[in-house]
Amino acid sequence: MNGWSALDRFLRTDPRDVGCAEAMQMLHVYAELVAVGASAEQRYPGIAAHLRACGPCGEDFEGLLAAVCDEAQ
Amino acid sequence: MQALAGTGPRRDDALARLHERLLRIARREAARRGPLLSISGPELDDVAYQAAADALLAITAKIGQFRGESRFTTWAYKFAIFEVSAKVGRHFWRHPVVPLAAEDWDRLPARFGFDPAHQAEWRDLFAVLGRAVDTELTPRQREVFVAIVLNGVPLDTLVLSLASNRNAIYKMLFDARRKLRAALAADGYLSDDSSRRL
Repeated sequence: MNGWSALDRFLRTDPRDVGCAEAMQMLHVYAELVAVGASAEQRYPGIAAHLRACGPCGEDFEGLLAAVCDEAQ
Repeated sequence: MQALAGTGPRRDDALARLHERLLRIARREAARRGPLLSISGPELDDVAYQAAADALLAITAKIGQFRGESRFTTWAYKFAIFEVSAKVGRHFWRHPVVPLAAEDWDRLPARFGFDPAHQAEWRDLFAVLGRAVDTELTPRQREVFVAIVLNGVPLDTLVLSLASNRNAIYKMLFDARRKLRAALAADGYLSDDSSRRL
């Protein structure tokens, strides 16, 4: 990724973005849907948009998803 | 879950089993984030122990809020992840690499990976961006932009520093991003459909 596309991506905001509070509230539900291959993004587009843009929430999601997948094995 | 809501030895046993699981999750999460923290060994294990203990407290306090939308363990693990996340932010807060309010604007292009060898292509862009930061953003939005974007301060660390919360800081940065994009679009550097001019 070059500088232009990195800057472009950073400044792009998605109006569907629900913010951290709502994403954190539903993160366990979202992570389980992703873990089983269900259509989490279609069901919760605002959470998907947020997790793409928010580094800390994205990290929390990755951690929870790993825990859920580990539990399922 | 019923045992956790109960009393006596059965509850104690359920708490011990849940703590064991939370500790396993917290250890793995701390290890996953360890490279970011530049800590390892006993110190990292201490982060995991504290996170598991605090997660257990949060779960027992909020168990009445569990609505059965997921497995109980998934809901519970979320607290362990959040606690590790919070402790990582606290670690950066205690060991800051760059002062939160330092302002070395010359390093902003590098933060986005712009090649210094092609400075002629982006110098004007950053002049416009710098002006927009000063004229379009509120003082608080500017402060958040400088800390997170210019100085690379983790968002959760800034949350602690400003005694705020993640949602409020994210929203401030979200609004700042939107305003800066509009300013760059008005000058033709980026368009509203996210394509750039060059």
